[in-house]
Amino acid sequence: MFGKLTLDAIPFNVPIIMGAGIFMAVVVLIVVAALFYFKKWKWLWTEWLTSIDHKKIGIMYIILAYVMFLRGFVDAVMMRSQQAIAVGHSSGYLPPEHYDQIFTAHGVIMIFFMAMPFMFGLLNLAVPLQIGARDVAFPYLNSLSLWLTVISAILVNISLVIGKFAATGWLAYPPLSELSYSPGVGVDYYIWALQISGIGSLLSGINFFVTIIKMRCPGMTLMKMPVFTWTALCAMILVILAFPILAATLGMLLFDRLFGMHFFTMTAGGNMMMYINLIWAWGHPEVYILILPAFGVFSEVVATFSRKRLFGYATMVGATVVIAFLSFVVWLHHFFTMGAGANVNAFFGIATMIIAIPTGVKIFNWLFTMYRGRVTYSTPMLWTIGFIITFAIGGMSGVLMAVPGIDFQVHNSLFLIAHFHNVIIGGVVFGYFAGFIYWFPKTFGFKLNEKIGRYVFACWFIGFYVAFMPLYILGLMGMTRRLNHYPASTGWHPYLVVAAIGVAIIACGILLQIIQLLVSIKHRNDPDYKDTTGDPWDGRTLEWSIPSPAPFYNFAVTPEVHGIDAYWETKERLKHGSSAKEKPHYKDIHMPKNTAAGFIIGMAFGVFGFAMTWHIFWLAGVAGIVIFATILRRAFDPHIDYYLKAKDVEKFENDFANGVRHY
Amino acid sequence: MNTHTIESHDHSPFSKDVFGFWIYIMSDCLLFASLFATFAVLHTKTFGGPALGQLVEVPYVLGETLFLLASSFTYGLAMLSVYRSRRNNAIFFLILTFLLGLGFVTMEINEFVHLYLAGHTWQSSAAMSSFFTLVGTHGLHVSIGLLWMLILIIKLFTERDIAVATSRKLTYLGLFWSFLDIVWIFVFTIVYLIGAVHVYA
Amino acid sequence: MAKKQTINKQTTTKQKTGKSLMQKEKKFRVLLKNKTKLVITVITSLGLLSLLSGCNMTLLDPKGIIAAAEKQLLIDSTLLMLIVVIPVIILAVVIAWKFRASNSQSKYSPNWSHSTILELVWWAIPMVIILILAVMTWRSTHKLSPYRPLDVKGKPMIVQVVALEWKWLFIYPEQDIASVNFLQIPVDVPVRFLITSDAPMNSFAIPSLAGQIYAMGGMQTRLNVLATETGDYRGFSANYSGDGFSGMHFVTRVSSLNDFNQWVNTVKQSPSRLSIDAYNKLAKPSEKQPVEYFSSVQNKLFKLTIMKYTTPGIANPDGSIKDNLTLTNGK
Repeated sequence: MFGKLTLDAIPFNVPIIMGAGIFMAVVVLIVVAALFYFKKWKWLWTEWLTSIDHKKIGIMYIILAYVMFLRGFVDAVMMRSQQAIAVGHSSGYLPPEHYDQIFTAHGVIMIFFMAMPFMFGLLNLAVPLQIGARDVAFPYLNSLSLWLTVISAILVNISLVIGKFAATGWLAYPPLSELSYSPGVGVDYYIWALQISGIGSLLSGINFFVTIIKMRCPGMTLMKMPVFTWTALCAMILVILAFPILAATLGMLLFDRLFGMHFFTMTAGGNMMMYINLIWAWGHPEVYILILPAFGVFSEVVATFSRKRLFGYATMVGATVVIAFLSFVVWLHHFFTMGAGANVNAFFGIATMIIAIPTGVKIFNWLFTMYRGRVTYSTPMLWTIGFIITFAIGGMSGVLMAVPGIDFQVHNSLFLIAHFHNVIIGGVVFGYFAGFIYWFPKTFGFKLNEKIGRYVFACWFIGFYVAFMPLYILGLMGMTRRLNHYPASTGWHPYLVVAAIGVAIIACGILLQIIQLLVSIKHRNDPDYKDTTGDPWDGRTLEWSIPSPAPFYNFAVTPEVHGIDAYWETKERLKHGSSAKEKPHYKDIHMPKNTAAGFIIGMAFGVFGFAMTWHIFWLAGVAGIVIFATILRRAFDPHIDYYLKAKDVEKFENDFANGVRHY
Repeated sequence: MNTHTIESHDHSPFSKDVFGFWIYIMSDCLLFASLFATFAVLHTKTFGGPALGQLVEVPYVLGETLFLLASSFTYGLAMLSVYRSRRNNAIFFLILTFLLGLGFVTMEINEFVHLYLAGHTWQSSAAMSSFFTLVGTHGLHVSIGLLWMLILIIKLFTERDIAVATSRKLTYLGLFWSFLDIVWIFVFTIVYLIGAVHVYA
Repeated sequence: MAKKQTINKQTTTKQKTGKSLMQKEKKFRVLLKNKTKLVITVITSLGLLSLLSGCNMTLLDPKGIIAAAEKQLLIDSTLLMLIVVIPVIILAVVIAWKFRASNSQSKYSPNWSHSTILELVWWAIPMVIILILAVMTWRSTHKLSPYRPLDVKGKPMIVQVVALEWKWLFIYPEQDIASVNFLQIPVDVPVRFLITSDAPMNSFAIPSLAGQIYAMGGMQTRLNVLATETGDYRGFSANYSGDGFSGMHFVTRVSSLNDFNQWVNTVKQSPSRLSIDAYNKLAKPSEKQPVEYFSSVQNKLFKLTIMKYTTPGIANPDGSIKDNLTLTNGK
């Protein structure tokens, strides 16, 4: 009846897991109780769960990213503290079977359920507004993507309490992830969580690609698009090209485990190297999927806060395209040590280094955007300067590891760990935080507290260096990754203690981030916080031309653009007195209706994934029928849109002008 | 264009949808490309079992291929009827397409069952795993297409004139169906023909 | 007296073997030396030397010719890149400070966003550096390929390495002995490791001697090393392979040829033999396995650990190697 699922699957005897489980249950209960107490269920359902407004979907993506970020960070704290104490005869407080799940979960969560949702969140918040569109191309698919991502994240968290998560490392290399070495449900949770969220990412990729190609406002040619939109476009192309490979690869691993096939087994002709090639053919583009939009954020931020045009727009676009292309021809550098010939290794090593050229050009362009500008040190700008410094170092260690001769020594060492955290924290995380602060007023109508924001940046910046520079040194000392304990004679211990202190400093930064958010919400109507103009940073692109928070229909009148910094130019023209603002001519607006289909399909996919993990096939069948029926119903539903009347638009716009909010 | 009193939230919804569907098809191509790449690597890894070429019968599969190609032709005729708003003709050709597609799937299942009963299963070796997965994934796509076709046929029966929404859905299915045809050409060439050539050479 | 001689002998061989590598390296380093010499000296003294002074930087204190070349490559590449990285970091701080909004002295040109010359300059700088690095990469990758026999005289000694759950088995086919979690090799003698795995994927790593290479089931990888100094070095698996992975390390003892031969004799005294049966027992998962010696080894055992995955009929259903095989084919 319940497949492999029995009560034994819940580890009642492991206090850490049960503690975490109880904590999660308490949080969920508090939220549910609050919803009852404040009678907000209907609000939750109509305003959020069934919403297909890209701005709300963006907010929900970012909430998911932050929640999962906390979970992933707790994993990081546990790993760092384990390694700080498990020296010599001490085996620390985490036995290997638990510790192994933690580092696997940390990687999976941070990439798939922190970075990816954050990226899609920012895209949702900014891209349609930047291109003057009313929504994304397929609003219902957008909602579906969100819920597929959410439910996969929930699956990963369920695995903490019911059964276990994979203990294979975040890419689940076979044959360790095959049934013979990982007979438990951990890898199945992994496969289904990634498979379901992968479908969501792929749909989002198609959605934003079509949005950017087909829905730009009149006058916005490709070479007049904001750079963030350009980087989003390139990232979405990578999503479309890379995620099918992930789906196929995980699918084959699943077939090995479920049907006894022999794709990646050691015996019967299976080839584990095929998996490693395929997973990195997705995995390398994946990191560029994450970093390119961060580059886009920095480009927007640096121009805005230097009050100057972005230096070398065409070069920036060109460099982005080149990086996107090269990301597909370098995957082998993740396994120079697998025994390929010297020609192959050298080719992929050199191809990798070539990426440093367009990236370096970008950095110079950012620097020279500041040059002869008027730089204000608002928090997004601090993150940007912090990024340039940190990323230069991370890029250097990256090129070092692209030299196969060096990689043979530092591969899989803590040098590698330091490198990719150097570029992912220093690049992706700094970038997304900058973007979040930058677009926060546009989304919510008030700014975040700047003073606390500076402390947040300081903690993160210093904490990052304290936590990860020792890891570079440990790598040079020959410490390999994923160690549960190590002998005292290695001399690693002091550096690991320093790294743990660094994590504590980052923890302060995270705590301050939460405080910053709460303080800002409390003071949201103070003049210092409230964004009454819709343009708090003296912005340059279209999103700043509409009120904050953005109305649900985005633009009352479809804008028409003539240059790269469309809104900046409009402001300049107005400053010089030419073409004073006419009274806008409103028209009816075609709007999509909210739908529960995305939410229902997402939840049913969660049930399906859970059932397949535990081999409860009847339940999987039921979930499958629900999914199919919901898709069918939606496909033949004629009532999916409505028209917002011109006079209503006018009323809304007047209200906004008078400071009345409908949000 | 400006004389319209209604301003759409996009400029041309249908072209956008078709474009999106094309992009989906492209991504699905990459799924097949991954499976083809795996097949290319693994098809010789029979682990002591017979070579794939010895197990498949090319004339039989050629028959299968003709079914699928014919179904694409009849689907084209169905679409012509749709564009001319001839509902009954459209239904007739769609049913014909459905039957041809069903014939293809049935033949494929029959082939699989024969292999299975002869002891050549997906568990035998990496070569067999990649064979069953590649061919089976295509078969699954065709089956999903058939299910969708069935639903659209039923929908057509309920409509006096072909609704715009239904004709659009038929357009998407047509793209999908042609795509599966093209993938099958590759499957037939790479899996069956080249496999057979290797054996007889 | 005798001791002194061996030491002298060691150093001369060390110089000899190092020489050919040194000469090739020189070409690259000439490129670096000219104008940037001053800058480099400053940076080196500030940064790298402070790191180098750390007592146990395994990677910067190589004990084998491959590891030494890899270290040189690491340092050369780092210096080469610092030529750009350091100015970028300085520029980031200086520009951001000089053009701060409160500094009304600085020039402000809000529409200045293009300069062909400048952009050409910063396309060119990284290009030149990457070009030099690419040449270094192409040459070094071929020279340091783990498959390439070393440029030294003498037939390499063979050691067969099997990664097990979770320990390392070293088979010395020429000596007909085997050891678990302990590796001894003679100094200044080329050694060729033939590596496989009868477990999930591992990576065979002795960073003091050479970079790592994966150990994979049903396959064989190779690694050529030449140790230049006697001593005990840390060896381990550098690829996570399951619960017992952290305990999967071993001592690599590089000794004089005499000491090595003596050790072989000690192992020969061991009562245990590595028969197929003994191997099957050894291959069962175990953690923190103590050192173990085998005085003789079943013929073609290493080949069987690979064949059990590649050829039907070698392994029992439970994965162990069949005991009653007729071992006729193959070498």
